[in-house]
Amino acid sequence: MLLPAVILTFIFAYIPMGGLVIAFQDYKPWLGFAKSSWIGLEHFQFLFSMPENVQVIWNTLIIAGLKLIGGLIAPLIFALLLNEVRKETFKKSIQTFVYLPHFLSWVILGGILLDMLATKGMINQFLGAVFGLEPIFFLGDGTWFRIVVVTSDIWKEFGFGAIIFLASLAGINPALYEAAEVDGASRWQQTWSITIPALIPIMIVVGTLSLGNILNGGFDQIFNLYNPLVYDKGDIIDTFVYRVGLIDGKFGFSAAVGLFKSVVGFVLIVIAYRAAYKFANYRIF
Amino acid sequence: MYHKTKPYKVFTVFNYTFLILLSLLCIIPLIHILAVSFSGKAAANANLVGLFPVEFTLDAYEKTLANENFLRSLWIAIQRTVLGTILSMVIVTLAAYPLSRESRSFKRRNIYTWYFVFTMLFSGGLIPFYILIQKLNLLNTMWVLILPGAVSVWNMILLLNFFRNVPKELEEAAFIDGAGYFRTLISVFLPVSMPAIATLSLFSMVGHWNAWFDGLIFLTDHEKYPLATFLQTIIVQQDFSKVSVRPEDLENISQRTIKAAQIFIGMAPILVVYPLLQRFFVKGIVLGAVKE
Repeated sequence: MLLPAVILTFIFAYIPMGGLVIAFQDYKPWLGFAKSSWIGLEHFQFLFSMPENVQVIWNTLIIAGLKLIGGLIAPLIFALLLNEVRKETFKKSIQTFVYLPHFLSWVILGGILLDMLATKGMINQFLGAVFGLEPIFFLGDGTWFRIVVVTSDIWKEFGFGAIIFLASLAGINPALYEAAEVDGASRWQQTWSITIPALIPIMIVVGTLSLGNILNGGFDQIFNLYNPLVYDKGDIIDTFVYRVGLIDGKFGFSAAVGLFKSVVGFVLIVIAYRAAYKFANYRIF
Repeated sequence: MYHKTKPYKVFTVFNYTFLILLSLLCIIPLIHILAVSFSGKAAANANLVGLFPVEFTLDAYEKTLANENFLRSLWIAIQRTVLGTILSMVIVTLAAYPLSRESRSFKRRNIYTWYFVFTMLFSGGLIPFYILIQKLNLLNTMWVLILPGAVSVWNMILLLNFFRNVPKELEEAAFIDGAGYFRTLISVFLPVSMPAIATLSLFSMVGHWNAWFDGLIFLTDHEKYPLATFLQTIIVQQDFSKVSVRPEDLENISQRTIKAAQIFIGMAPILVVYPLLQRFFVKGIVLGAVKE
């Protein structure tokens, strides 16, 4: 019964790993793997010698880092606030709305954001009418672009990310709260000494696991929002690999960048899983 | 008791208001785009549309649904979603069952599990993958959209964990009655796992419907684009060269209300399955993610 899955995985996951040899070759598609000449670590030297290339790694780290922090804090705060709501129907309706963006693709959301963030779009009109601001060129300015990327990612995922915290909140023993109340603890004290400590293990899990993804800035999102104006501050490793590799046809160099990312990512994920297992007893299967 | 204290009441009012604003924030962009799609062309181009249509008209939808390119990509997206989901679910279910057995009765279980999980941790990356697809002659076929992602390791793990919670007695009873592994999977495991299967199928459907990147790089023949890829080129990249438009149609395609209508049709199926999905997924995700 395992056979179909084993074969497909071999073809589509393991064979490409073998294809990574081109990262060490001056790969020419018409010569193939066997006849292309070997150049050792030249692609990697090039990667770290050009400021533009190193910038891409920085961009990835900055964007992914900010997303990681926001992506941990926003769902947590939302879950805590939602947990204070007593009316079940109200709670359910809020949840229905905030989970929705998670299921829409960045193509759809990109289309909507391009429209809303335009200089004459809804957001600039709103800012102009309420605060009297001049139109902001959100997607054409590097700094604003990063802000848009991080904010819109948090906007899309905070609701969905809160699910796991809400589940843990539901699992806290009510007797703890009752006891605290008898002792005269205020709601704030209860949150501080019961709720937060109970959430720490799951926070560690979510935090460490997303740390393993620190080299993923979010290809889908960036690709659908960026343009040549913001390449210097918005280009991440994945978009760079795509542009240099498939558009400019530098297969070998691009594969080397991809390999760099895969290896560092692999090490980080393994460390993250170990840490999650050690500190919060988390296992994937 | 704290429910009755004054500070907590003040907090509750603020909290409710804040949460309402937050949830509005999540749907306002969708409402805005819907409003634009129903508005008159002049009003939309002058940016007069907020959350309600101005000069209500169905014109944008009529033009969108009269567009052959759009309809063809819609049909391809439907085919892809249906075929892709079925194939993936069959393969994933077949693999999850043996992997859910205990190491005692299936000795190499751990080896196989790591064989699959390793692909989640490390990959050849885009370029070697592209070269492989090229060499397999899969460019410009429906298969390239369906086969590479068919083994979803994540879904496999969720299902495997679900299967493990099926009481052992059910399986043993089936074996005593003379059922083989296949029979047991189909007659015992599948019926009791319907909630999990439904959740994963819905996830898989949403994934296929939303997928656009594979279409963009592996389908050089633009007439084979599924809807998500089509929308990506038209709306996001604004690259009309890829969709064979006549000059007289160009104005129609780039019109803001028509883009809005296309975006809305692009997300409509998600909005339809979303209520179904929502009922299931909280359980499914928590089951797979939080374990004591």
